[in-house]
Amino acid sequence: MTGSFDILIVGIGGQGTILASNILGEACLIEGRSVKGAETHGMAQRGGSVESHIRIDGKYGPLIPPGRADLLISFDLLEALRFAHYLKEDGRIVVNRHLVLPTSVFTQNLAAPTEDEIIDALKKHPLCLLDADAMARDAGSPLSQNVVMLGAAAGTLPLKPESLLEAVQRLVPKKTVAINVKAFEMGRDFSRIC
Amino acid sequence: MERRYLLGNEAIAHACIESGMDFVSGYPGTPSSEVIDTLRMQQDRSYYAEWSVNEKVALENALAAAWCGIRALCTMKHVGLNVAADPLMTSAYTGVTGGLVVMSADDPYAHSSQNEQDSRCYAHFARLPCLDPATIQEAHDMMRDAFGLSEEFSLPVIFRPTTRICHSKGDVELSDVVKSIRKGEFHKDPRQYVVIPAHTRILHKKLNEKQPGIKKRLVELGYNRFEVKGKTAIIASGIGASYVQELLPESVSFMKIGAYPVDEGWLSEFVNRHEKILVIEELAPVVEELVRQVSCCVPVFGKINGYAPYEGELSPQAVAVIMHKAGFIPENPFPDKVPVQNLPPRPPILCAGCLHRGTFYAIKEVFKDAIYPSDIGCYTLGLQLGVVDTTICMGASITVASGIAHSGEKRDIVCTIGDSTFLHTGIQGLMNAVYNSAEITVVILDNSITAMTGHQPNPNTGVTACGVETPPISLEALCRACGVGFIKMVDPYDINGMVNTFQEAKKQRGVKVIIARQMCVITARRLGVKRGRFSVDRDTCTGCGTCVGFGCPAIEFRDEIAGINDLCSGCGVCEQLCPVGAISREEMR
Repeated sequence: MTGSFDILIVGIGGQGTILASNILGEACLIEGRSVKGAETHGMAQRGGSVESHIRIDGKYGPLIPPGRADLLISFDLLEALRFAHYLKEDGRIVVNRHLVLPTSVFTQNLAAPTEDEIIDALKKHPLCLLDADAMARDAGSPLSQNVVMLGAAAGTLPLKPESLLEAVQRLVPKKTVAINVKAFEMGRDFSRIC
Repeated sequence: MERRYLLGNEAIAHACIESGMDFVSGYPGTPSSEVIDTLRMQQDRSYYAEWSVNEKVALENALAAAWCGIRALCTMKHVGLNVAADPLMTSAYTGVTGGLVVMSADDPYAHSSQNEQDSRCYAHFARLPCLDPATIQEAHDMMRDAFGLSEEFSLPVIFRPTTRICHSKGDVELSDVVKSIRKGEFHKDPRQYVVIPAHTRILHKKLNEKQPGIKKRLVELGYNRFEVKGKTAIIASGIGASYVQELLPESVSFMKIGAYPVDEGWLSEFVNRHEKILVIEELAPVVEELVRQVSCCVPVFGKINGYAPYEGELSPQAVAVIMHKAGFIPENPFPDKVPVQNLPPRPPILCAGCLHRGTFYAIKEVFKDAIYPSDIGCYTLGLQLGVVDTTICMGASITVASGIAHSGEKRDIVCTIGDSTFLHTGIQGLMNAVYNSAEITVVILDNSITAMTGHQPNPNTGVTACGVETPPISLEALCRACGVGFIKMVDPYDINGMVNTFQEAKKQRGVKVIIARQMCVITARRLGVKRGRFSVDRDTCTGCGTCVGFGCPAIEFRDEIAGINDLCSGCGVCEQLCPVGAISREEMR
């Protein structure tokens, strides 16, 4: 069996999960560690559920088996619940307090859980619930939401915060480095109280 | 030497540059598209790169380049190889001078495809070498070496990564890039390049004579290798080998197959020194059938006797289930976890502001009880709107429409096809429909880009793969040249205009073409087009749900009132649909 630290990043196509996984991969390179990952491209990306698997110190395949992830980072409450079975019993969840209902709920009149019901269900795992949208706006751009999320997850990751910060600086657009550094720090500060 | 965290397709593209590739062509298709997208975006490019109109065209271009002695790559998805199968089969006879690598990316589980076919079967069929990587690093290394292998045997090499290679990421060790320096020159040799019967019979024999040498070489290259550990063994291929290694007990022998054709003598020796063999591979039982052929009396476990599934993709837990069932591990190490049930699904959906949604709406308004053949592209998602009745392969909407029309079906037939798909293989169907007097309405969904695979340009875009401006093809003139009498342009954001045009078409006989043209909403956003956004006046909204039925992800419905969320791109179609005028454009901020 591998000794990898397994992270699942989930959300809705277009939310920026791929940049988040790239930052984690870059941070692994900075520390000279092996890393494997898998992500969603093509048709499935168009507004559908998307998942990125990242296995820090991973040596074999890129896919995390259900029940094995150490950390779930979710950009949406409903997607956190959809993928929660990937977590270990004590696996941690970092989730954006944001619920986008799938269009099918409205067009087909499907039942959907409420925010509170979802949060209750997620609470059987250690949970960090944050309003990443608001924090990203405070940091200077709503687009820095994914970096806020990574900041909030930083304490759980087996990577040095310096490496993550360096990776953020390398990968975000040059003009937005200051905003994203602030976003990362805001997420990190918040994680100390959640 | 350098280590980078790369997407599989980026690593494959880099390997091509490392090996001094001179020429690349292909047609986009998930999961293959990012190879050319990476290559065409390189700043300092010394090779030729093109997006071709379809895979047959792409392969014939690349084959000719390789005949001229330069190194060529041709990329496509697995079903693209069907389109390119005609030149592929005979390219094995003619052979090549410069290295030719045909990348055909397979999609187990059909993440983004219409089937789960296995390109290894094509390699076997054509008698061409095939490389099947297990990891991104191996994909990179195999691609770097593939051009040399092709030149060594003067044969095209099929390179077959799968989705979990192409769209996985990992730290990859790269070598230095090499500038393409070769200049192609065609040496006339009719016995090689003119496959008349007298020539082709000899070429076929030569192809068969190459096989033993290829098998031996693939073992020498280390693509096919084994380690003997005990009395039982697992033989795995492609990415399946990575999953097996994650679970492999110490006492079980392991053979990894990464290249075809497999040397039967070498395989037989390994198989027959064990008491029990399990074969793990995705899709077709290619390795398993071979193992069964060479096994004298060793029990073989695999797909054929029901231990492994024929369909879908493998994963660590799927492999654990197979290994446990076949008695190779005492228990499944993975916990039995199932997702929370009854959550509303979130399938992919046409974007907010997508031109196709308006067009589909107008089609349904006018042609209420009709048959709707469709095609491959983002617009296949029109299925959710009830306007896609058939999709089989690229270009098959117009042909299916005319087939249904000639079957005696009495209802109206309205087919939809994207601009890229129309140019790929749709136009032949249009010629045929006009020639044979079909009674159909063809709607060309024209966003002037190949959107679903990642916005690659096509002849309708007016720009080449490398960003050079080129005269855009005229779809109107093309249709006119095919003999279509009724050709109209419509704006997909103007529902009334479309409804009027469709009504006009409904009254006409023969083949009618309507071109619904508007920019892809993603392209528009990238180009900085700002249309503002719309909102619902809560006091005016009656909660009738007309706008919700439109199925736009920007429209929500809570507490019996409609609302418009941040996804709104300002197309304004919902404003036209609202019967009470509750939707209007917000003041631009």
